[in-house]
Formats: sequence, structure tokens, C-alpha cells
Amino acid sequence: MTGQRAQISLLPDGRRLHLHDGPIDLIVEAFGTADQVRAAYRAGAQRFVNVLDELCAELALLRQAFKPDSDEPRGVVARRMAAAVAPYSERTFITPMAAVAGAVAEEILAAMTASATLDRAYVNNGGDIAIHLQPGQQFVIGIVERPDRPSLFGTAVLKATQPVRGIATSGWRGRSFSLGIADAVTVLADRAAVADAAATIIANAVDLPGHASVVRVPARDLAPDNDLGERLVTQEVGELSSEEISRALDGGEQRARSLLSSGLIRAAALRLREQTRVVGQIHRDGLRVPVLERSLVSA
Amino acid sequence: MPDDDAIRCDACPVLCYIKPGRLGACDRYGNHEGQLVRLDPHVVLDRAVSRGVSIVPFLDRDHEWDGNIVGGPGTFVTAIGAGTTYPDYKPAPFIISSHVEGVDMVTVVTEGIFSYCGVKLKIDTDRHLGPEQNVVRAQGEPVGHVTTSEYGSQMLSLGGVRHLTGGSRREGTVTCETLLNLCNGKAVELQVDEGASVVVQAGKAPVVDGVVEERMRVGCGSATIGMFAKQWFGKVDEVVVVDDHITGVLSEHQAGKLLGVPETGIKMRGRRSTPGRYFQVAEPGTAWGGTNIDDPLSILQPFNSRVAWPGLRLLMVSTTGEHSAYFELDDARLPVECELPAALKESVSRIRENCEPALCTVLFMGGAGGSLRAGVTENPVRLTHSVRDALTRVTCGGAPVYIWPGGGITFMVDVSRVPENAFGYVPTPALVAPIEFTLRLTDYANLGGYVDQVRSLAAITTDDDRRHVPARADNPWPLFPSKSQEGP
Repeated sequence: MTGQRAQISLLPDGRRLHLHDGPIDLIVEAFGTADQVRAAYRAGAQRFVNVLDELCAELALLRQAFKPDSDEPRGVVARRMAAAVAPYSERTFITPMAAVAGAVAEEILAAMTASATLDRAYVNNGGDIAIHLQPGQQFVIGIVERPDRPSLFGTAVLKATQPVRGIATSGWRGRSFSLGIADAVTVLADRAAVADAAATIIANAVDLPGHASVVRVPARDLAPDNDLGERLVTQEVGELSSEEISRALDGGEQRARSLLSSGLIRAAALRLREQTRVVGQIHRDGLRVPVLERSLVSA
Repeated sequence: MPDDDAIRCDACPVLCYIKPGRLGACDRYGNHEGQLVRLDPHVVLDRAVSRGVSIVPFLDRDHEWDGNIVGGPGTFVTAIGAGTTYPDYKPAPFIISSHVEGVDMVTVVTEGIFSYCGVKLKIDTDRHLGPEQNVVRAQGEPVGHVTTSEYGSQMLSLGGVRHLTGGSRREGTVTCETLLNLCNGKAVELQVDEGASVVVQAGKAPVVDGVVEERMRVGCGSATIGMFAKQWFGKVDEVVVVDDHITGVLSEHQAGKLLGVPETGIKMRGRRSTPGRYFQVAEPGTAWGGTNIDDPLSILQPFNSRVAWPGLRLLMVSTTGEHSAYFELDDARLPVECELPAALKESVSRIRENCEPALCTVLFMGGAGGSLRAGVTENPVRLTHSVRDALTRVTCGGAPVYIWPGGGITFMVDVSRVPENAFGYVPTPALVAPIEFTLRLTDYANLGGYVDQVRSLAAITTDDDRRHVPARADNPWPLFPSKSQEGP
């Protein structure tokens, strides 16, 4: 069964690798000599075919709230997930599933870089991205506000000299449920799983508790086995005044700043409607938002 | 997990419980009325994946991937937001080189200011929007006119230099705003003098006097007879296709005559145009075939009893197939409604299937003037010649354009193929539209291009204030060498 279920293919551009298994969908691209890229893709694909089975073997544990005294999961990916959510476990409800996408991306990237010498590479797991950069290399990263309308609202340049190797985005419109109302919270952190967990936490903190325009539904009513259980997840956000948008973002920004000062993240961009907050500086060429405002030229 | 209406998906080891109307964690398998169904691959961020059909097999036994990394540059710089140097004769803001299939290509990227520009609007509706040549207004200001209609569609021509700069200040501003909104895919309300109010938006159904137009008719009543006569022949003796414009009658129509359909003694109301084609069988309306009738028999006079026979089979149907009725004549030659026979049901649904959804489509049309061309080359007319000779490819925000033959560079582009919010304006008022000229570097040098201004693609795309948008799968890639320029 294993390995036959997973789909492994090159995209039509002939350069990027597409790995798909159950709910995991990865876009992978490596840069280097043809031989090394080929070796990396082979290694990534070989590692990939077992990942979902390993996770599912201890899924029940991974869906439970992670507490400081929780059992340590066994799998390599699961341990990455647990480590990423551990910093929050004392004060907040969080399950290791909050870091699953980033942890899987990291794992595949690790398999690739262990088997090949690459200039640079990324593994993109639905917006949660693990990055590899050799000295002197860089990536330009685009940030999407709404997954259903893939146009960019900002870009960031990641250079090898910066510590950032993980990017994640969370928001209520994304594939996973959110307790908050952010359209998108994008986090840059040293590792993808860490970024993934942090984006979830910050997006949850962009909120207007009890606001009448926000439609919330118990997660269990939508997906009976979801790790959020009876918790109310955001399904629709109606009219908000700019003052309310600002207040919601204040909560998220405060959370992002505390993560920044504790060293868990390097930067974050928080987007709700037409307002954006940016926390942290990476570099002179760092996160710049927004870039879309057209400047009109006078005749 | 006892949840009475959820089903368990066994497509993968996650084994999701899925509630009715919901998807599993993969977004691919869902619960549709209690059944586990697989949906099309869902795409979150990367549009390329949605073209799953053309995915190259990897590590496939028969064709093992040879490890070659090939492919042209995956980035094309569009002119959107590039700015312009108008009215100075300066090089265009960006002149970019990239390698495509071993050929050094140059793309000259600029935003053109188009005082001579407008939109052609095709509105799929048979409703009368207003007399030809009448003024079309937005916010009370004249912005264009009704032009000659096309098959199944009404056509409006908006903008142009006369409305933009030839009238009052407000007329120009409103015209510019109307064009800008239409080009950027926004809805605009227009009023035709002595005609209808219509809300138009590129790629959306028109709303005429508050009513959404759902479908185009398959053709006029006469055309419908022509299209379906063979399918009816032998299964029914007479067919009337009810249409506000031209109602068709099978036995009298040329198509029926050719098949040898005998006369039936039918007598229509309305004004006969040519055999089997009738105008004005009723008043316009929103019932059968765009008329005001609910009872189709009301457009018939009594049958000629010397020709008609008892048991004669009559089908009446509208041009969209939305209305139909079947009758047989009794001994007194009076129609009696009967159940539609299965063979005819099929032809009625065939009419319905052949009706396309009604849409508004917007083509931007503009001419690249002297100074814009001068931004590309020191010798502007050579650029025009180069475009004519198909050595230079013109695109608008990366979208293919149709170059109108004759002098100048006057082009048309389907605004729905241009990236979002690609159009802008200047207070002149005039529209700002992106325009890119792509040609071989050697050709660029030959036509007097600003070769010393050429920057490499890498130098441009690593700037972090560029907006990257995914290429549209249905647009040809702008950098593939020209000499094969296609229209839209």
C-alpha cells in the first residue's frame, strides 16, 4: 500500500516536483547541478512515501492538547511537531497538529539536503515552507493574502546570511480552521515547524471576541474528528469598522511581539482586510508590505 | 466517534469522519449526500498543480526521468506599474533581456497613456437595449453609443477621444472612470437613451433593467428550425419555435421543405417575413422565447381544416428550450395538449443544452502613439514595421493582443486575460494600460533600440518590490519567440 498511494510527479515546467499523499500536498524545487537535483528529488520522494503512515500511526496522540507533561510522540516528524508547539503548551491550548505542515516540509527538505549538495531548495506544503540556502544564495518570497485569490500583497527577500529557514501562513480562509479572524498571518522563523505553530498562535490572537459580524461554529460540527473539538472556529467575517480591524490586529501584534522577543520568530506580517501590521526586521531588504499600491504617473 | 450523519473516508490512513456537504482534511474527498465522492484536485497556492492532467510522471518505470532540468525563464516582466516617461522621448522605464530557447530576447516594458482608447462591450442578450446610435450614459454623462448588434449579442462602443477630452470636464472624468472600472473587471451601470439600464461586468451575466440574463438563445426561431429540423423529421408533423424576434414554423420553413415535410394547414398570427418565418407573433416579454405569452396556442389561428388532419402532432418550443408543449389535433382539428413523447423531450433538452450562458465581455482597444513608441526605439516607425512583420510581439500585461491591420499599433485585448488591476488613469483624463514589446536582441539593435539601457531579467526580478502574479494557463507564454503572433 505504502508508496503506491502517494503521487510523485514533476510539474509541467519540468523543474518542480509535486508530492501528494492524502492531505499532504508538497511543491518542491531544488537548484544545483542536474545530478544533485535529481538525487535530492529521489531522496525527498523516498522519504515522502512513509510520512503519512508514520503520522497516522499516532494521530490520536497528535490531536490531543499538548501539555508540558504530555507523552513524547515516537515519529521523527511528530517529534518536530511536538517540539514546535511545546513553548506554548503551558499557557495555551495547542495540539501538535498546529505544526504538522511545517514539520513535514522540514522533514522532506532534510532528506533532500542530506543526500545532495544543493545551492538552494524549498519544500512548500500549502504555504508552509522549509528553505535551504547555501552561502550567497537568496529567495524572493511572495505573500498571498487570500488563498482563494492568489495575488501577492508583499514580498520578502531571504538571504543566506539571515537565520530564517521557515515560513508559514495561517488565517481563517486557509485549509485549517482558525480561532481568529486574520485573513493571513505570515511568519518567518528559523524552522518551518516553528513558523507554522507561531502563525497559528498569532492568527488566533487576531480576534474580536463576541463580535456579532463574526460567524463561529464548533470545529466538531464541521469535522467530527478535528483536533479543535468543541472550540469555535471562524467561518465568516462580516462588516468591520477600521477601528475594529485595528483593535483585532492590536491583539495579534502584541502576541507577535512577545514571540519575537522570546526569539521564537524573526518577523511576522498580519493582514486583516485593508490593514497590515509588520513585526520584526530581517534585513534592509526584508519584509516590505504592501507593495501593491500602484503609483499613478502624471501626464 | 459517534456522529450519526458523518461518513468515514478510507481513501488514506487519516480516515477522516466527514459531515454531509464537507470535505476531508485533503480537500479532495467529500461527503455528498451520504456518499464519499472525489472532487477535482484542490489547489491552494500553486496554479500549476491545477493542470494535473499534464503532470509529467516521475520515476515512472517506462519513462524514467532523465534528470535534465530544462525550461525557459519562468518569469516575464509585465508593464503593470512600470510607469512611463511620457511625454519625454526617453527610453521606456524597463528594457529587460532574458534567454528563451537560446535566443536573447528583449522585452520593452512601459505603461502607455492612451488618450485614443475605449472599450468594445459585447452583451449577450436578445433584449432590446436601445436604438442603434443612441447615446450610452454613465452617471448621466455620455460615455459612448449603441453600435451594430451581433448574433445573440448587443454591442456598445464606449470611450474614445471625443468623450475623454472633447466634452465637458465631467464627461471626460466619468468616461475615464467607466472605462477604468470595466477594464479592471468591476461592474458598471449604463443607461441607454430611450432604452434599457444595464449593469455590465467583464465575465459576468448582464443585468438588463434589473433582470439577470441567464442564457443566450440557441438561435432565432428560424435558425432553431434549421438546426433541429432533421432531428424532428418523422417524429412530429409540425414544430413552432416561439421567438420574440423570428418565430419559425417547420412545415413552411426551407429546412422543412427540403426534408419533404408536408403542409399542415397551420396558421400563425404575426407578420410573415419569408416562408416559415414570422415577426411580431406577440409582444416582447419575459415568458416564452422572450415574448409575453404564457399560452403558446395564443399565437396560432385555427388550422385550415381542409389541409390539417386528425391526430396531427404539433410541438411548440421556445428558443432556449425552457418552454415546450405538445399537442395532437382532434377530429375538429383543434389542438389537445398531450404528454411530450420521449423522442421529442430529447430534442427539447438538446436546445437547452445548446444555449450558452450569457456574458458581458470587454475588449480594451487603444493605439500606441508616437511618444510611447519613441520610448522603445529612436526610430518609432521601425517599431511599427517590426510589429507588422511579426518580429516583435506585443502583449498587454502579458496577455495576447490582436493588432488591427493597417497603420499604427492599434490593439485589442480581452481585459479578463490581463492581471487584476492592471489599468490605471491619469487626470488628462486618459487610461494607462500596460504594453510590452518583445523581440530578439539583435532585432532590437537593428531597429535603433536603446541597447545600452537593457537590464537583465535577474536584476529586475530580485528587486523585492515587484509583484509576482502567476501566469494564466490560457495565455500563451509571452516570451516564446515571435513570428507566430496569434490574435485573441
